[in-house]
Order: sequence, then C-alpha cells, then structure tokens
Amino acid sequence: MLFYLLRRLFQSAIVLAVVAFGSFMMFRFMGDPVAQLVSEETTLADRALIRQSLGLDDPLIVQFGHFAARVVQGEFGLSYQMGQPVMRLIAERLPATLELSFVAFSLALLIGIPLGVFAGLKPNSIITRVIMILSLAGISMPTFFVGLLLMVYFGVELAILPTFGRGETVDLGFWTTGFLTKSGWLSIILPAVTLGLFQLTFIMRLVRAEMLEVMRADFIRFARARGLPARRIHFRHALKNTLVPVMTIAGLQFGSIIAFGIITESVFQWPGIGLLFLQAISAVDIPVVSTYLLLVAVIFVVVNLIVDMLYYMVDPRLRVGAK
Amino acid sequence: MPRWTLALSLASATFLSAFGPAAANELRFASQGDLVSLDPYAVEEVFTSGFLGNVYEGLVRRAPDLTIEPALAERWENVSPTQWRFHLRKGVTFHDGSPFTADDVIFSAERVRSGASDFKNRLPAGIEVVKVDDFTVDFVTKEPNPILNFTWANWYIMSKSWAEANKVAPPTKGGDTENFATLHENGTGPYKVDKREPGIRTTLEAFPQWWGNADKKGNVDKVTYTPVPNPATRVAGLLSAQLDVVFPIPVQDIKRLEAAPNVGVIAGPEVRTMYLSMNQWKDMLPGSGLEGVNPLKDRRVREAIYRAIDINAIRDRIMRGQATPSALMVAPGVNGFTDTIKRYEYDPAKAKALLAEAGYPDGFSMTYQCSNDMYVNDEATCLAISSMLAKVGVTAKPNIQPRAKYLESVTAPSMDFGLAILGTTPASLDSHIALNSLHMCPRTAADRPLWNKDDLSKIVAGKSNFGGYCNPEIDKLADAILKETDTAKRNELITQAWTITTNDVAYIPLHQTWAAWGIAKSAKVERRADNVFDWRHVTLGK
Repeated sequence: MLFYLLRRLFQSAIVLAVVAFGSFMMFRFMGDPVAQLVSEETTLADRALIRQSLGLDDPLIVQFGHFAARVVQGEFGLSYQMGQPVMRLIAERLPATLELSFVAFSLALLIGIPLGVFAGLKPNSIITRVIMILSLAGISMPTFFVGLLLMVYFGVELAILPTFGRGETVDLGFWTTGFLTKSGWLSIILPAVTLGLFQLTFIMRLVRAEMLEVMRADFIRFARARGLPARRIHFRHALKNTLVPVMTIAGLQFGSIIAFGIITESVFQWPGIGLLFLQAISAVDIPVVSTYLLLVAVIFVVVNLIVDMLYYMVDPRLRVGAK
Repeated sequence: MPRWTLALSLASATFLSAFGPAAANELRFASQGDLVSLDPYAVEEVFTSGFLGNVYEGLVRRAPDLTIEPALAERWENVSPTQWRFHLRKGVTFHDGSPFTADDVIFSAERVRSGASDFKNRLPAGIEVVKVDDFTVDFVTKEPNPILNFTWANWYIMSKSWAEANKVAPPTKGGDTENFATLHENGTGPYKVDKREPGIRTTLEAFPQWWGNADKKGNVDKVTYTPVPNPATRVAGLLSAQLDVVFPIPVQDIKRLEAAPNVGVIAGPEVRTMYLSMNQWKDMLPGSGLEGVNPLKDRRVREAIYRAIDINAIRDRIMRGQATPSALMVAPGVNGFTDTIKRYEYDPAKAKALLAEAGYPDGFSMTYQCSNDMYVNDEATCLAISSMLAKVGVTAKPNIQPRAKYLESVTAPSMDFGLAILGTTPASLDSHIALNSLHMCPRTAADRPLWNKDDLSKIVAGKSNFGGYCNPEIDKLADAILKETDTAKRNELITQAWTITTNDVAYIPLHQTWAAWGIAKSAKVERRADNVFDWRHVTLGK
C-alpha cells in the first residue's frame, strides 16, 4: 500500500512537470503581455524596459527555467496586471470556488443517486420516463444558457434570488465563507444549481445504467431466493456494486467542477479562481495563468489519488490483489 | 391561483428584503473590469484612473462638460511662456489627516516620472518643478507649452509623508516585491477606500474632511463597486434593483432597458474616435501577394477605400443609431475639432474609377486585422467594411482576434496589416497628441527610413503611427502647434494640419461610438463623454 502510494506520488510529480512545461510553451500564442500593461502614449523605449524587467527578452526555455526554479521554492511571483502575489490572489478566491463546488456536487450526489436507483429499479414507471426526459434536457443544455434562464426567472422576474456575487461573507482568518449568512446562502443557490445540473443528470443516468446491469446479476437473484428484504438487496448489495464506476466518474467530475466552473463563475460573477483565470487570460497575465494551470493539475492528481484510495475501501477484490 | 404559484409569491415577499434598496445613499455600480491598482501611476487606463479620480485629486480636474477646473491648485498663471506658477489650495488634508503642501506636489512630480510609471508624459522632458513656498509651485519648461496642464486632471497628487512612512516604491510592473500603494490609498479626494477586495468588490465612503464638501452637488455617502465582465449579468443586476448604475450597456439591450419601468438609459458619443489605419510604409502590402508594390502608398487607392465605406449604413445597421460619423481623427470636445472639414462622400462608382486610375482595375487583396473585444461591435463593423470593400473589388480578408493577439499583430514591431481598426482618445483632449503620435513620421531623423528596426526604441514622434503616414509638412506644423501660445493662431494651425491629413487620406476616420449607461430611475447621473464616472455628481433619491 505504501509502495503503491509512493509510486503514485512519483507519477503525479511527472504529470505536474509536463503540465507546467506544456502550458508555458503555449504562452507565446496568447499575445503580448506588455501590450496589456501600457497605454497608447507609452513610448517604445519604456515598453522595451518593461519587457526586459519582466524577463520576456530571454529565450523561452530560459524563462521556463526561471519559472520552474521559483515554483520549486514555492514562489509564484506577482501578477503582471494587479501587482499582487499570485498565491494570495488564488488563496483569496479558492474558498469561493470550493464552497460552490461542494454545494453543487452535494446536490448532484444527493439527488442524482436516489433518482438513478429509482429509475434503475422501476425502468418502466411513468415517473422514470418523466425523469429521463427531463434529464435529457439537463445533459444537453449548455451551462451558460441554464444559468441565464435561472437568472432571468428567479433574479429578474420574481426578484427573489441574487444574480451575482457571493453576498455577505464571514472572514474566518484563513477562509472566507458564505455559509454563515442568509445572503450567502441565497447567493449560492442559482450558481450551484447551474453548475450541478449537468453532474446531477450525468450521475443519475450512470447509476441507472449500472443498476439495470447489476439487478440482472446472479448474486441478486440468489439474494432474492434467500428471502432478503428488498431494501437490503437494493441498497446493500446492488447499489454498492454499482459504486466503483460511479466513483471514478464522480471523482473526475468533482475535479472538473472545481477547475472548470469558469463559465458558471463568469455568468454569476462568482468571485472564484475560474473568474480570476478568465480575466488573467484576456490580460495575458502569465504568472496567474501558469499558477492556475498547475493548481488544476494538482487538484486532478489529488482527486484521482483519493478515488483510488476509495476503491480499496469499497472493493475487497483490490485489497486481495494488492497483498 | 394554483397553490405552487401562491407559495412562490409568498416566498418572494419574504425574500424581497434580501436585496431591496440598500443603506442610505449607497451607490452600487458595476462595470466590465476591476480597477487595476490603487496606485495612481501604475496604469493609464480610463476606468482605473477615472475611478481613482474620486479618491485622489490632481492640481486641476475636468468638469462634466470636460472643461478644466481648479482642484488642488486654486489658480495658476504664466509668469513667462516657459514658467507656470500654481497656487495651491490651503486647508486640504489627505485621508490620513496630514496636510497637503507644496512638498507633496514635488514628491508626486518625482514619483510620476520614476520606475514603470505609466504617466511619465504628464511632465515633458527637461521640466523643472520648483517649490516657491509651502503653497506655491513653479513649473519651468524648456520650450513654451500652452497645454502643459491639459493632461493633469488624472495626474494625482500623493502624500510625501505617507509614501515615506510606508516605503512606497516607484511604480512597478510584475517582479517580486509588492508595492504598498497597490492595495492602499491616501488621497485628498471626496471618497476614501473602506475595503478593497481586488476582482471581487471595493467599498468606499465619503471623506468628511474633504475641502469641497460645502458645495458638493451629489448626496452619495457610500459606494460599492463590483466588476461584472459579463454584460448579461450586469443588465440583470440593474433590472433586479441590485445595482444602481451599470456601464457599458450592450447596444442590443438598450431598447429592452428603456422599456423596463424602473431603469433608464443615458447614451451619448464618447471622445474616442474609431478609425482605419492603412499600411502605407511597408514595401510589400501584407497579405497582398504583390511583389515590391504597396497599392496603399498611392493616395488614390486610399481615397477609393474611404469612398467604398458606407458609414451611414454602419451607423444605422450595426450601431443601431448609436454612433456619430466622423470626418476628423478627433471628436467634438477635443480642442482643435472643427466641423468645416467633411468626410469623403460614399461613392462606390468613384472608388472603382480611382482604383482603375491607380492601376488596380481588378482590385487587390490585403490582410485586415480586427479585434473582437476592444470596442463596441468591433467585429461586426469589421465584417461590414470587408464586404463593402469586396463590392469595389478589394479583398480585405478579416483576421479577427481578441485584444492581446490583435495588439501584437497591429503594433510595432510586427505591424502585420494592410488595414486595421483602432480607436484613439487624446489624453490631453487636445489635437496635438493625435497629430504627434498618429501623424508624425515614425523615424528618429529626416534622413532615416520609417520604422527602422534599429531605431525602434528611440521613436517618440509618430509612435502609434503604425500605418506609417509621413508628410514632413505635418511634422513642422505639429511642432509649431506645440509651442504656439496664442490660442487663435494655434487653432488655425491645427485646422491647417487636419486639412492636410484629410487631403492626404492619412487615415479613414469612422465614427465616435456611443456609450450607453443603465441607470436606476432613483438615481441621477451626469455621464461624461470621456467615460469617467465622477460620483460627486450622483444624486440618489429613494
């Protein structure tokens, strides 16, 4: 187990290095950072000075060397555009993204799994058909469109839910949370539903398909034959056996909710890291963009690692194999 | 009424208090980007320096009609053509309570010219700033400069003692050490920053010791600014009364907002002039495939392109009436603007004849660089112009890119375009800057080639003249305009210069686009043509 973990960590380090290098090579296609920092009236001599002071005159490989050397020391530099440490900018926004992802993902799991189980057990009921048709809408409508629809109806027509921002937040020192205020909870509803809708329908359809599969398996028939109660069969035996594929997918989905909630964050002006990333791209703010990409890579690596650990807990066969 | 509707409306009644009218006289507004820094010399960008104009103040300021008013200087006079004397206002305090004196002006004059300051051109090279006494400062220039203080409305004065106590370094870009002034301010202005959360929200409150409180026109006590880049989200925030002022409003949303009961729209031309730059200096026209020929060097070809563009159709169809066609490279409101110069009439037949005369009866092709996120409907305008040119046989292939990539293609050193769409606002609101940076020959001496690679970093005059228009007569006129102190004579020289550049078809001026602001019915706002939002002139009535 320990050996396995070490091997995974080593692999993760390689993944991170590749991501860092790959993203760095892409920066020269993003445009000229200096043009974003000056005005129409800045002289060409001043532009050249800025270019030099940012180290943009060096060959790309040298720039990458500097960058990598500093990253290893935990130094990510200042944002070109905002003149503040990148780590602080990201740390200030991470709570917003994590809270939004957490609520969206909880919605997806808490609603998606029960609905999926139901649809799998009663594939022919009218309710299942209605759910399946609705889920088709959830899976096929683009996020920004769902967001705008919700915003127009609940924000503008009914005027009962805020349409942008996080509302009042409480600063706990290391974390700003919107979970402790009424306006914080009201503000998170629309973005969380928007962000979670796709995952919800996705998880539901997955659970349904797996349930249909598992319910046909022999051990379920034996369980029935033994006279076990239906609830125990469905949730203890059937559901648990559907969980391995569901966990893999859900884990990856959680990673992508955190990393790519960009569209939802931009529609609802949710002040998370996605919004920061979007602004940084249009301003060619290389320190912010590269740190963000590294962070996303770290998130995916960590989530995958956790999912792998969870397999061990859920699937006894893996534990046997490892020994 | 079905039960669920009832439940919903009950719920809405309960929740409405979640965001109704805010605290007394709180101005809640949103625009597309956040201010870059609280450091007033970090970046010259309309929104940032306009926002900071509520927190910091210059020696002079601009009134809603853009005329120059006294601010931290009560009055000024010319002791001689090269010596300006500014009498500072007494009894002014910074937000930290320290008094404002001549030392702060001297300090600000040094800092604004140091490091990576974006406002170095506020003080011309070789100027001497001399303290006469605690409330008098002299500015001694090398040559007469009648518009010395025209750009000073956003050269903000910083406190010397505060800067020294907090080790405020010269302005920086990137690097490793953070500047104290990036997140902290200490101005003399009517509002002080209460809490700054970059990219999220900035709150400010009225400064009770502000020197101008006695005759402040508006009644705003508290300001909350939220950057909201997504236009649909901004509009929704205004319609649902979560915001009082929102700008810019997309052209296609104006009708909808005007129809809404609780909001209004104010729209008017900006001082920015949109224009087409034509590459007339490269020996080979980019994207033409022609060897050693550049059709745009021929004045007739430039006029043909000008005449092929139906500017009224662009105004009516693409801008939905929200644009004012322009014959000049400067807008009304800029000193030196004249309406005696007219646009070349739209005349595709004449355009074809001119092209044939110049030796291109079948037209030619070229690269046409377009942005899609810099100006109002820039992409649509670009495509329309491209198809208008196609009708006279000129193939201008649009290459549409976002700002960062676009600027890289259009500006020095690459300048890889035949045609490019750009906008310009002279910072001094005077014609001289437009002549100087867009129309003077981009070279270091009369015997050097244009845009010579080795001279790039030394080019000052004509630094934004990427099309490479060059007429030595204009060079002479521009220098004469800079030094002429007699206003009437000076304006005549400016008219002369604009007449020559129009005859040369140096550029194709398009229009001033309009800026539209969405305002809650409960608020009264004076919109300035330079898009600066001055909160002193906002009245909220709840």
